[in-house]
Amino acid sequence: MTIQRRTLIGAAAAGTLAVPRLAPAQDAPGVTATEIRIGSTNALSGPVSAYSVISRCLEAMFRRLNDQGGVGGRKVSFTVYDDAYQPPRTLEQTRRLVEQDRVAFLFNSLGTPTNNAIHRYVNQRKVPHLFLATGADKWAQPKEFPWTIGWQPSYRTEAQIYAKHILAERPQGRIALLYQNDDFGKDYLNGLKDVLGNRPLTTATYEATDPTIDSQIVQLQGHDVLVCATTPRFAAQAIRRVFDIGWRPMMFMTNVSVSVGAVMQPAGVEKGVGLITSDYRKDQTDPAWATDAGMNEWRDFMRRYIPDADLTDNNYTYAYGAGSTMIQVLRQCGTDFSRENVMRQATNIAPMDIATLLPGIRVQTQPDNYHVIRQMQLQRWDGRSWVRFGNVIEGANV
Amino acid sequence: MDGLAHQIVAGIATGGIYASVALAIVMIYQATHHVNFAQGEMATLSCFIAWSMVQAGLPYWVAFFGTIVVSFAIGVVVERILIRPVANAPVLTMVGVFIGLLLIVGNATGWIFGYTTKVFPSPFTSDGPLLGGLVSAHELGSTVVTLTVLTLVWAFFRFTKLGLAMRAAAYNPRSSRLVGIRVGWMLALGWGLAAAIGAVAGMMVAPVVFLDPTMMLGILLYAFAGALLGGIDNPMGAVLGGFAVGVLENLAGAYVVGTELKLTVALAIIIGVLVVRPSGLFGRVVFSRV
Amino acid sequence: MSVSKGLPADAAIAAIPLPAAATPAWQRIALVLLGLAAAIAPIFVLESFHLFQLTMAVIMALAVLGLNIVTGYNGQISLGHGAFFAVGAYCTAILMSHFDWSFWPTLPISAAVCAGLGYGVGFPALRLAGHYLALTTFSLAVAVPQILKHKSIEDWTGGVQGLFLVKPDAPFGLPLSSDQWMYLVAVIVAGACFLLVWNLIRSRIGRALMATRDHATAAEAMGMDIGSLKTKAFALSAMITGIAGSLSAVAIEFVAPDSFSFGVSITLFVGMVVGGVASILGSLFGGLFVLFVPNIAEAISKAAPGVIYGVILILFLFLLPDGFAGLLRRIAAKLRGRG
Repeated sequence: MTIQRRTLIGAAAAGTLAVPRLAPAQDAPGVTATEIRIGSTNALSGPVSAYSVISRCLEAMFRRLNDQGGVGGRKVSFTVYDDAYQPPRTLEQTRRLVEQDRVAFLFNSLGTPTNNAIHRYVNQRKVPHLFLATGADKWAQPKEFPWTIGWQPSYRTEAQIYAKHILAERPQGRIALLYQNDDFGKDYLNGLKDVLGNRPLTTATYEATDPTIDSQIVQLQGHDVLVCATTPRFAAQAIRRVFDIGWRPMMFMTNVSVSVGAVMQPAGVEKGVGLITSDYRKDQTDPAWATDAGMNEWRDFMRRYIPDADLTDNNYTYAYGAGSTMIQVLRQCGTDFSRENVMRQATNIAPMDIATLLPGIRVQTQPDNYHVIRQMQLQRWDGRSWVRFGNVIEGANV
Repeated sequence: MDGLAHQIVAGIATGGIYASVALAIVMIYQATHHVNFAQGEMATLSCFIAWSMVQAGLPYWVAFFGTIVVSFAIGVVVERILIRPVANAPVLTMVGVFIGLLLIVGNATGWIFGYTTKVFPSPFTSDGPLLGGLVSAHELGSTVVTLTVLTLVWAFFRFTKLGLAMRAAAYNPRSSRLVGIRVGWMLALGWGLAAAIGAVAGMMVAPVVFLDPTMMLGILLYAFAGALLGGIDNPMGAVLGGFAVGVLENLAGAYVVGTELKLTVALAIIIGVLVVRPSGLFGRVVFSRV
Repeated sequence: MSVSKGLPADAAIAAIPLPAAATPAWQRIALVLLGLAAAIAPIFVLESFHLFQLTMAVIMALAVLGLNIVTGYNGQISLGHGAFFAVGAYCTAILMSHFDWSFWPTLPISAAVCAGLGYGVGFPALRLAGHYLALTTFSLAVAVPQILKHKSIEDWTGGVQGLFLVKPDAPFGLPLSSDQWMYLVAVIVAGACFLLVWNLIRSRIGRALMATRDHATAAEAMGMDIGSLKTKAFALSAMITGIAGSLSAVAIEFVAPDSFSFGVSITLFVGMVVGGVASILGSLFGGLFVLFVPNIAEAISKAAPGVIYGVILILFLFLLPDGFAGLLRRIAAKLRGRG
C-alpha cells in the first residue's frame, strides 16, 4: 500500500510542477468563438448570505459589459453557485464549475475557509483563481500558489497600520482587542502582535452567533486603546455600549464595519465621534461623496442594472471595485483568453484608479507581488462623515 | 468587585432577551407540546414587518400592535397549512418540517428585506445612561413588557376557559375531543399566540442587538437552554432560566475560561443541572403509567 | 425540536415491522451481488466530478446511518451528530498531517475516539429525554467547533485555519485515479459498516434496542439492562458517524471548524427523516437527498435556494411522512398482499 504523505507546501509545489491525470491541454478551456465562461461561488443561502449581493452586482456588471459589446469579440457568461459558506460544498461546486461547466477561470469566490478548501485544487489544475472575496493574508504567495490572487488589502496589514498609529500616538497606552473568534478576527490579533511584539495586549472574543458583546466590553473597560475586529451588527453595538458606559478609549474599527448607513447611524452618529479606521473604499452613504464622479458612475450603474438594490449596502461598492478590476484584466487579454494569459494579465496590472476606491488608492499587480490593493488611508469619524488624515499608507513594512 | 457587579448587571440585561424568547418557547409548548425550531426566524420576520410599518410612517405603538395581529395570523396560517398535514406523522418527521420552515422563513426574510443592519426603534427612551450605562431605558422597559406578557399568559392559561381548553388539547387531544373541545382550532390558536408572543420578544430584542435576518440565530439556543433550565412547562421558570443563562454565561466568560468557551461552559453547567434535575429547576416531574 | 409528550421512548416514532420472514438464500446472494455491482459501476461510468459527488453522498449516508442507530432504532433524539463527524474528521486529519500516518490506520483510532466520546455522552443521556436530550446533543454540536479552535489545542487542530491533508492514491499500481480510488474506499468502508449494522439490527441486540425504544419499562421488566444498552447504542452510533467524518476529511483534503458548524447536525437529521427513521436503506437515500437536493433547489432559483430547499423538504415530508423507507415498505406490503 503506497499512500503518499506530503506536507502541504511540498504537495503544493509538486502539484504545480507536475500534475498527473489532468485533461490534455486544450487551446483555451471555457472559451468559444462567442463566449468566455467565468465561474464563482458565494453564500446564496445560509447565515452569511448577506454577501450574496456581491454576486448579484458582478452579474449585473458582466451584463453591462455584454450590452456594450462584450470583450475580445466575446460575451461573458458568469456562473455563480451556492456553497452556503461550507468548505466541503465550495469544493464540490468549484469542481462542478471546472470539470463539468468547464469555465475558463474562477473569480471572486467568497470566504476564507471556503477558498482554503479549493486553494490546492485550483493550483494543481492551474485554473486562475482571481480576486477572491476575502481579506486573509495568504492569497499573495506567487511562488507557492501562483494561480491564486486576492484583491482587497489584508486584514493583517490593516491591523499593523493601527498598531503603528497606536505606538506613535499613545506609546504608553494599555491596549485591548475585541475580535470575532474566526479567521477574520484572528488576522487582526496577528497583525497587532506583529507590531506590538511583547507589549501587553488584552483580548476578548465573541462568536458570530452571540447575541450581544456587552460582557466583553465590560471586561475590557478601562484600557486606553480599543481595537475592534467585529462584523457590522457587533460594531454598532460596541460603539454604542462603549459610549454609554462612559468609557472613552482611543477606538479603532475594522474597515469591514464602517458603513455610515449600516454601522454609524445604527450606533448613533454622535457616539462614534473620534473613531478611527483605515479604508480603501468610498462609503456611498457618506455625504462627502454625494457629487463624486466615480460614485456617480456607480450610482448610475446601480440605477440602471439593479434598480431594486439597497443602496446603503457597501457590498455593492466592494463588488463594483472587484468587477472593474476583472473587466480591466479581460480587456488586457486582447483575444487570447487562455488560462496562462489570463493569469499573466491579472498579475500585470499597471496602477489604475477605480471609481469606488478612495482618491490616491490604486489597483496594481506584478508577477512577484500579488497584493492588488496595498494602500489605505486612516480616517476619523467627526459625527457626520469620515475625515481622512495623514498620507496614503502603502503596506505596513513591519 | 466593580467588574463582577458590572458583569452581573450586563448578564441580567442580556438575560432579559433570552427570557422573553424563552417565554415564547414555553408558550408554544404549553399550547401544542412542540418546540418550534423556526420560532426565532418567525420572530425576526415579525420584526421586519414592524420595521416596514414604522418606515411607512405609522406611530410605534400602532406598528407594535399591528405586528402582533399580523404575526398571530401568520402563526395560525402556518399551523393550518404546514403543520396540520403532518399532525399524525411521526414526531421526528415533525422536526423535519420545523427545519424546513426554518429554512423557508429565514432565507425568505433576507431575500425580501435585504441583509444590511437596520435600526429598530424603541418606545422607551431616557436622557442619560442608567446604572453606569450598562442598562438602558429600553432594557428596563422591555423587562416590564416581558413580565406583563408573562402575567397575561399565566392568567390566560390559569383563569380562562379557552386557556384550559388549549392546555387540555395539547395534553390529551383524544379525551379533549371527546368532551367537545375543537382540538384542531386550539392548536392553530396556540400557534397564533406563540407567534404573537415571539413577535413581542423580537421587537424587544431588536433595538438592543440591531435588526438583521440572522438576529435570532444565536438567541434561540440560549433561550431554549433557559426554557429547559427553568422547566419547559413553567412560564415563570423559563423567565428565571433565561436570566440565569445570561448571568451564568457572562461569569463563565469573564472569570472561568475566557470568552472563547463561555457558551460551551454555560451549556455544560446547564446540562449538569439538568442531569440532577431532569425536568428543569421549576418543572413538574411527569410520571407515566405503564 | 419537538419530541412531543415529553416521555422517553415514545412509541410515536414509527413502529418498524420486524424483518420479513427469511428470504431464500439464493435470493439474498443475488441481492448482495446486485448491490455490489450497482456500487462499483459508477467508477467506470461517471466522470470524476460526479464520482466525487457520489463519494460525498456515500459518506453522508454513512453518517446518517450512525444517527439512525441511536435516534431511529433506539429512540434517543440526537441533534448533535455533527460533533462526532467533526471529531472523526479531525482525528484523521491530525494523524495524517502531524504524524504522517497513512489513511487506513487512522480509521480505527478515530472510530475508537468517537466511540469513547459517544459512550461519555450516553451517560447524561440516560437521565434526559425528549427536549432535554435534544438540547444536550445540540449543545455538543455548537460547542465542538469552539473547542476545535481554542488556543490551547491550536497547535494540533490548526485553529481557525484548519488542516490540510492529501487523498490516498490507489495502491498496488491499480489503474485508478485518486477520485476513483477514493470512491472505492468510501464504498468499502461504508459497505462494511452497513453490513455490520444490518446484522446487528437483526440480532438479539437489535431487537433489544427497539424494545427499549418502544417500551422501556416492559423491556426492563424482561431483564434488559437499559442503561448499558442505551450508552452502547450511543457509542456505536458515534463511532459510525465518526468514521464517516474520517472519510470526509480525506475526500475533501481539508478540515476547518467552519466545515463542522451545527448545520452539519441538522443536515444529518434531515437525511435521517427523509430517508426514513430506523431504516438502513433509508440512510442511503438520506445521504443522496442531502447532497443532491440543495443543487436541485439552486437550479430552480438562484435568488433564494434556501427557500426552495425548505419547500422541497416540507413537500417531501407531506407526501412521505415515513420517509423514503416508508414508501418502500408500502410498496413491499402491496406486492406481498397481491402475491
